[in-house]
Amino acid sequence: MALDAAAVGERVQAFLAEHDPARMDRLDFLRARFDAGLAWVHFPEGLGGLGASRDLQAVVERGLRHTPDNAPGRIGIGLGMAAPTILAFGTEEQRKRFLRPLWTGEEVWCQLFSEPGAGSDLATLATRAVREGDEWVVDGQKVWTSSAHHARWAILVARTDPDVPKHRGLTYFVCDMEAPGVEVRPLRQITGEAEFNEVFLTGVRLPDALRLGEVGDGWRVAQTTLMNERVAIGGAPMRRTMIGIVSDTWRSRPELRTHSLHQRLLKLWVDAEVMRLTAVRLREQLAAGHPGPEGSAAKLAFARLHQELSGLEVEMLREDGLAYDDWTFRRPETVDFMGREAGYRYLRAKGNSIEGGTSEILRNIIAERVLGLPAEPRADKDVAWKDLPR
Amino acid sequence: MSEPASLLYSEVEEELRSAVRGLLADKCPPSAVLARAEAASGGDVPYDMDLWKTLARDIGVAGLLVPESLGGAGASAREAAVVMEELGRAVAPVPFLSSAVLATRALLGAGEEAGDLLERLASGETTAALAVSFAASPYVPLYLSLRPAVTLGRDGTLTGRVTGVVGAEVADVLVVPAVDESAQEGGEPVLCVVEAAHARVKGVGSLDLTRPIATVSFAGAPARRAGTSAGVRDALLLAAGLLASEQLGVAEWCLTTTVSYVKERKQFARPVGSFQAIKHRLADLWLELVGARAAARNAAALLGAGADAGVAVAVAQAYCGTAAVHAAEECVQLHGGIGMTWEHPAHLYLKRAKADEIALGTPGDHREALTWLADLPAPES
Repeated sequence: MALDAAAVGERVQAFLAEHDPARMDRLDFLRARFDAGLAWVHFPEGLGGLGASRDLQAVVERGLRHTPDNAPGRIGIGLGMAAPTILAFGTEEQRKRFLRPLWTGEEVWCQLFSEPGAGSDLATLATRAVREGDEWVVDGQKVWTSSAHHARWAILVARTDPDVPKHRGLTYFVCDMEAPGVEVRPLRQITGEAEFNEVFLTGVRLPDALRLGEVGDGWRVAQTTLMNERVAIGGAPMRRTMIGIVSDTWRSRPELRTHSLHQRLLKLWVDAEVMRLTAVRLREQLAAGHPGPEGSAAKLAFARLHQELSGLEVEMLREDGLAYDDWTFRRPETVDFMGREAGYRYLRAKGNSIEGGTSEILRNIIAERVLGLPAEPRADKDVAWKDLPR
Repeated sequence: MSEPASLLYSEVEEELRSAVRGLLADKCPPSAVLARAEAASGGDVPYDMDLWKTLARDIGVAGLLVPESLGGAGASAREAAVVMEELGRAVAPVPFLSSAVLATRALLGAGEEAGDLLERLASGETTAALAVSFAASPYVPLYLSLRPAVTLGRDGTLTGRVTGVVGAEVADVLVVPAVDESAQEGGEPVLCVVEAAHARVKGVGSLDLTRPIATVSFAGAPARRAGTSAGVRDALLLAAGLLASEQLGVAEWCLTTTVSYVKERKQFARPVGSFQAIKHRLADLWLELVGARAAARNAAALLGAGADAGVAVAVAQAYCGTAAVHAAEECVQLHGGIGMTWEHPAHLYLKRAKADEIALGTPGDHREALTWLADLPAPES
C-alpha cells in the first residue's frame, strides 16, 4: 500500500533521530538519506525512494529543511534528465550503480545530445557508435553540453545503424567522461561566459553494459529525457522573478520613468501575473491528478516574457544600460539570472527560446499534439539516414 | 501571494456548465443567433426571452448571486463565471449580465428596500437593467460618469437621459442611479427603481448585434427609492470580473472553430492547418487562452470569496479583453473569404469581442488601474 503524508513524516523523524547532520560528514548524511528512501520518495525502495506519491516529496523537504542538501543546481542534468531515464530504461545493475552517487552529487552528469548538425532535428544526429565485440566505439562531436567539464558520466545518443530511417537507427548510452578520446572544450556564448561545452568523441570505447535500452531504441529513450528537460526549464521555481527586479527598479528610480515605458511595464506586469496564475493552476491540476497540456505552454510563455522584460530593463536604464558588468570568460556552475546586471539578463534570456526545444518547435508540438493540426509533410520519413541530403 | 480558492472548476460548476451548454446547444445554435442578429440589424430587439426564461427559472441562473434568504441560489461569482463562459461561447442573446449581474448586484448594495424586487429577479419573474453606460469604467467615480445627470426631483420623479445601456429593451424595471435634488450638493447618488413603461428606451444601431445598446430617457417618470447607489461600483467591478469569463468563452469558440476549419480547408493540395504559418498563430492563440482561463478563474475565485479582487479583476480584464479580440480577429482571418461573409457566424463573435473590449473599462483602463493597485507609479509629468 502506498504511504501517506503522516507515514512519510514519521520516516523523516525516525531518520533524523538516528542521523544528526551536525555530527555527520555531509556526504555520509546524504548517502544515509538516500538509503533511507528519502532522496526522491516516488522512486522505488532501494533506489532512494519509498514508492510513494511524488507530491509527498514536499513533506520530506520540509522535514529536512535545515540539513545539508545535494546542491541541486549543480547536478540538475543528473536529477532532472539522467535519473528518470535510468529509472525507466536502466537494468537493475545500472540503477544500483548510478542513481545513488548521482543523487548525492558525488558524480555529476551531463547530456550529449545536440550536435552542430542536429539541433531542432535531433534525430538526424551523426555521432556514430560501432559495435566491436562487447564494446562500442564512438566517434563524433556534441555541443551545448553544460557541466561536461565537471561530469563523471554523460547520457549519450549515437547512431548505430545508418541504413534505416533516422529515428530508428539510434541507441542510448551512458558515456564514461573519463574514457580516453573524450575531449571537452568550453563554448563561449554571447554573455561572455561559458556555461556550455563542445565535446569531441574520438575512438571512445564504451562497454555494452553502458547501453541504456535496446539497440535501435534510442529515440524512444531520449523522449523520456527530453520531456523531463522541458518540465525542468519551464517549471523551475525562482526565488526572485524578473518582473520583481524590474518593478523594484521602477519604484526606486523615478527619474527613469516615461509614459511610454510605463505603458509597456504595465502590460508586462499583467503578462507576468497571468503566467504566475497559469503556473498556479497547472500545479493544482497536477495535484488533482489531471496533468493538462498547459505544461508545454509554460516554457514558451516564460521565454517570451523573460525576453521582453529584460529588453525593457536595459532600455529603461538608459546610461546604465550602456554598461555591462563582466565580460570575463568565466565558467559558471549554474545560471544565475538575478545575481547579474541587466545587460547579462538581456543576453542570457535570448537562450530561453532556443535551449531545450526552440519556441518554434514548441509551437509545432502544441499545434500538432494539443490542437490536433496535421503534421508538416516529411521528406525524411522513409529514407535511410545515410541517404538524407546534408 | 496565496490563492484563497481553487482556480479549477468544481464538480458543481461543471454540472451547471453542462446544463447551460446543453440548453444552448439545443435552443441557441449559431443559425438561430444569426437570424436574431439579422433582425437586430433591421432595428428589432435580438434577445430570446423564451430562452432567457428557461435559463433564468429552470436552470436558475437569474438568482445565482441572490442570497437564499431572498429566494436566490446563494451561489458565488465562480458559478456566475461559468454561466458567462457558456453564454460567451454561444454569443447567446439573453440579459444575464445586464439583469442577473449588473442590476442585481447594484440592488444588493442598496439596502433592505430592494428586497422584494430582488426576490422577483431571483425567481426570473422580473428582468431588470442598470441604467449606467456599458462603457463605464469601475475606476471612474459614479458622480462623474452620471454627468449629464439623471435627477430625482423633489416630487419623486426622474428626469434625464442615459446612453449606452444594455438590456434595457427587455427590462421590466430599470435600476437608476440619480442625483437627489433634495439632498446636499455633491452627495452620493441614490438608487431608484422605475417601471420600464415609464421610461423611453430607444435602441441605437449597435456594433454588437447580439447585445445592443440603447438610450434610456426619463421625463418625470415616477420612481421609487431603493436605497444608496453604493453597490453600483461593486456591480461594475463584479461585472468586469465576470466579463473576463465571457471573453474566455468567446475566444474558445473562435479557437475551436478555426482549428476545425483549417483541418478541413485544403489549398495547395494540403489542409491549410498543416502550414507552419497557420499552426504557429494558432499555437500562440492557444497559449493566450491558457493564460486567459487562469486570469478569469482567479478573478471569479477572489470575487466569489469576497476577498479584495481589485488586482485580479484588473489583470483579468486587461488580459482577456485583448485575448478575445485577438481570437475573433484570427478566426475571421484564418477562415479567409468565408470569414468575411454575413452568413458565417464569425462576425457575431468579432462584434461581441470588440464591444466587450470597451465594456466596463478598456484593457488600457484596467492596466492603468495597476498603477496604484500594484504600485507601479506613473511619471511625474
